[in-house]
Amino acid sequence: MVSGKLFILVIGCGRLGSHLASQLSRDGHSVVTVDTDPQAFDALSAEYSGFRVEGNAAELAVLRQAQMDKADLVIATTREDNVNLMVAHVARRIFKVPRVLARVFDPKREEIYRELGVDTVCPTTIAANALLAKLAKGDSSAEGGKEL
Amino acid sequence: MKVIVVGGAKIVYFLCRTYISKGHTVVLINRDREECAELARRLKATVVHGDGSDPQILADAGVENADALLAVTPNDEDNLVICEIAARRFRVPRTLALVNDPDNEQIFRELSNTIAFSITHILANLIEQRADFEEITNLLPVGEGKINVTEVGLTEDAPIVGKSLVDISLPENALIAGILRQGDAIIPRGSTVLRAGDQLILMTLPADHGQVLKLLLGDSAQ
Repeated sequence: MVSGKLFILVIGCGRLGSHLASQLSRDGHSVVTVDTDPQAFDALSAEYSGFRVEGNAAELAVLRQAQMDKADLVIATTREDNVNLMVAHVARRIFKVPRVLARVFDPKREEIYRELGVDTVCPTTIAANALLAKLAKGDSSAEGGKEL
Repeated sequence: MKVIVVGGAKIVYFLCRTYISKGHTVVLINRDREECAELARRLKATVVHGDGSDPQILADAGVENADALLAVTPNDEDNLVICEIAARRFRVPRTLALVNDPDNEQIFRELSNTIAFSITHILANLIEQRADFEEITNLLPVGEGKINVTEVGLTEDAPIVGKSLVDISLPENALIAGILRQGDAIIPRGSTVLRAGDQLILMTLPADHGQVLKLLLGDSAQ
């Protein structure tokens, strides 16, 4: 859980972004959500009390409008890996945001960006590991407790 | 020199053609399969179909031994990631990125070894400085736009025609670095007399650019 009351920017209001933004807003944080598609904001829950900024997060002016300079935490969840990586970059280097997280689908890119100090979450790797773990469990029970 | 170019559309075709004609080896990366086929047919270049920000595609294009990489896709985020991966992971000595949103130049400047250029910025500057398109054939911002290198043609009615350089009181921040006269290149001295038809290679700071042009070309440059 995120402790204290923070100013949080959620970039991308898709399934993950809208869910996170709704949850964080419900927890009492100040949240600003950014998406290129105004209809994307419909996915936010009724309790969401934060701001909505319509625009492309790859444009510096949009991030300024969303007040990235004041953010305590930025989470980049658009469906474009490169947009998320760029947003993470800008948040860290230009706006000096203390905590930055980016979702990256491609594990190869995740690896490189981790080397560069960008904190990433890769759903592909997580899902693959979870599936393998389940598989290992299933197999081991089927084979009478033997390790895979 | 081996140059990797990532992107599409006409700019990439003509860019590659220029490089190839200068004897460089060009590898082109493009996302669109049909465009790849077309480019491969028209250019003597290796064309790789794929996403240039995918490290595997860059490796396939032989980025490890490239001397330079140009990222000229219409998306700033793609250009940024491509240059970053090429410079950091593959140690490409020179990376160049097209910046579509001029605001983003600041971001690209922080990248290691990457030179960013913004067409919007260059064109906007041209108009801002009220350049006369007929007389000014080239405007090249050097050092991230801190110095302008301009090629200026002198017409007969330019106020400085017939004067020697010593008699023209150029501002401190301007220099006539070269003269092209009837196919010859001249490095001018104080005694060099300017003639109509001369092409001046002018170096200026952007702040003084308009003033210098006015001095050299008269009010027609305004």
